[in-house]
Amino acid sequence: MTEKTTYRLPIGPIHPALKEPVQFEFEIDGERIVDVDVSLGHVHRSIEWAGTRRNPIQNLYLAERICGICSYCHPVAFSLAVENALDIQVPDRGEYLRVIQGELERMCSHMLWAGVAAHEVGFDTVLYLTWQMREKLLDLTEYLTGNRVTKAITMIGGVRRDITKDMVPKIQETLDYFKENFEKIRHTYLDDKTFKMRCQGVGVLTYDDAIKLCAVGPTTRASGVKKDVRVDQPYFAYSDLDIDYITPDILTGEIHGDVYDRIIQRLLEVKQAIDLMEQCLDKMPSGDIVAEPKPAKLLAMLKKAEGEGIGRHEAPRGEVIHYVKLVSGEENAYTWKVRAPTYNNILPWIPMLKGEQIADIPIVAASTDPCMSCTNRVAVVDRDNKYILNKEELHQMSVEKTRRLLK
Amino acid sequence: MSFSMIRPVLVQLFKKPFTNKFPVKYTPKSTTKLLEAVGEGKAQIIPPVETPPGFRGKIQYDKEKCTGCRLCIRVCPSNAIEFKPKEKKIKIYLARCTFCSQCNDVCPVKCLSMSNEFLLADTDKYSKDMIVE
Repeated sequence: MTEKTTYRLPIGPIHPALKEPVQFEFEIDGERIVDVDVSLGHVHRSIEWAGTRRNPIQNLYLAERICGICSYCHPVAFSLAVENALDIQVPDRGEYLRVIQGELERMCSHMLWAGVAAHEVGFDTVLYLTWQMREKLLDLTEYLTGNRVTKAITMIGGVRRDITKDMVPKIQETLDYFKENFEKIRHTYLDDKTFKMRCQGVGVLTYDDAIKLCAVGPTTRASGVKKDVRVDQPYFAYSDLDIDYITPDILTGEIHGDVYDRIIQRLLEVKQAIDLMEQCLDKMPSGDIVAEPKPAKLLAMLKKAEGEGIGRHEAPRGEVIHYVKLVSGEENAYTWKVRAPTYNNILPWIPMLKGEQIADIPIVAASTDPCMSCTNRVAVVDRDNKYILNKEELHQMSVEKTRRLLK
Repeated sequence: MSFSMIRPVLVQLFKKPFTNKFPVKYTPKSTTKLLEAVGEGKAQIIPPVETPPGFRGKIQYDKEKCTGCRLCIRVCPSNAIEFKPKEKKIKIYLARCTFCSQCNDVCPVKCLSMSNEFLLADTDKYSKDMIVE
């Protein structure tokens, strides 16, 4: 009698289906996935190391380049950390402007994701339709910040550019365009037969798994977990705004935690972002936009400052955390630690992919909106020896590093 | 209708493409000949999409105003600015510039500004066009 065995299918680190380097090892039984192993660390860029050789003002632009799509949330989380360490109070208007920029980025990112999702299920017409609409957002970004992608809008203690009265009509015009066309996108994504066939019941992440694996952002909220930094611990002006957790049951009345729910989740978040931006435009007080308008003075403050700070921001993909330690007499940060949201959303891939078919790998993997290059923080390089560090060793190393920082 | 994209696709068939055909509609057989023809006024280039106000393009430097305080060098994230100690002036390498305009903010005499020029491709990163001084 012959025994049926599984075989291994490696995908990546470089593969036409992957946008960024990540390696999957699938255990396959026919077309069905039995087990998955993910290995990371192919795009380590030493950003944190480079960050400790620059002063925090220079670091803003380095943080911006951690991720191309989140080019606002990384610098803003970094400046939140520095503000925390220096005890800088951001002026009210600055807080509102930061919300507007943050929500604009969320819209851009979710529209981009929606297009990519359509592409991954092989529906490229919708990709072009979605990105055609996203173009309006990029035009608005360019109008508000000066460039389309790398915004360079963040400053420690506020923002660099104000939104004047004559800029409001253009913002409102773009928001109105999205409000009018929301039904069109909703219909395209949620009523379409192709999407329903490819996404419903695929890549399920249960409520318990989402909590156990610490998933963040839309990935966890699509499974029904109410986790959102903007509501849990409001920062910027979010405490003044009418904001609540978004979960897919608002639209459909039930939660499945599948890819289809993640599409609903992101579309609803686009709607919420429009609402938040409008609230901000209504309520925005007048006043300063930045706490310390002279960067030279700020540099002097940074040189004297001593202490550590944490910045948390709800990025489009989830919670991003920056940790900064400053020592007096040094302009540069002593330590800088970045935790990108994708880091938490990697392990949920395993329960999502188990039991699915090979053809579903792209859409399931893309459904968490992964950003591999932002995530890579550790690289162990030794030519021939392969290192595998277990939990205890990693914990020991982390304790050692913390002690080193506390000195 | 279960196939929701049919209508938008049919509508799109009769619409003009959004793309601006910059610099010319079709790829020329010889770029040098095209440029010569443009120079003589025989051919025309389709202009690029206009940049919005406040766009950050090629940096401009007013040498007369500069006092050589070196603050811009301290904030430049990519170390694109070099100090010339003899003249006490600066030299900006555009190949390294990230167009963040942080140096414009920090400059006490406002001798730096951003223009809306963005066609900066060059084969040599140290060519005359790529260095502002």
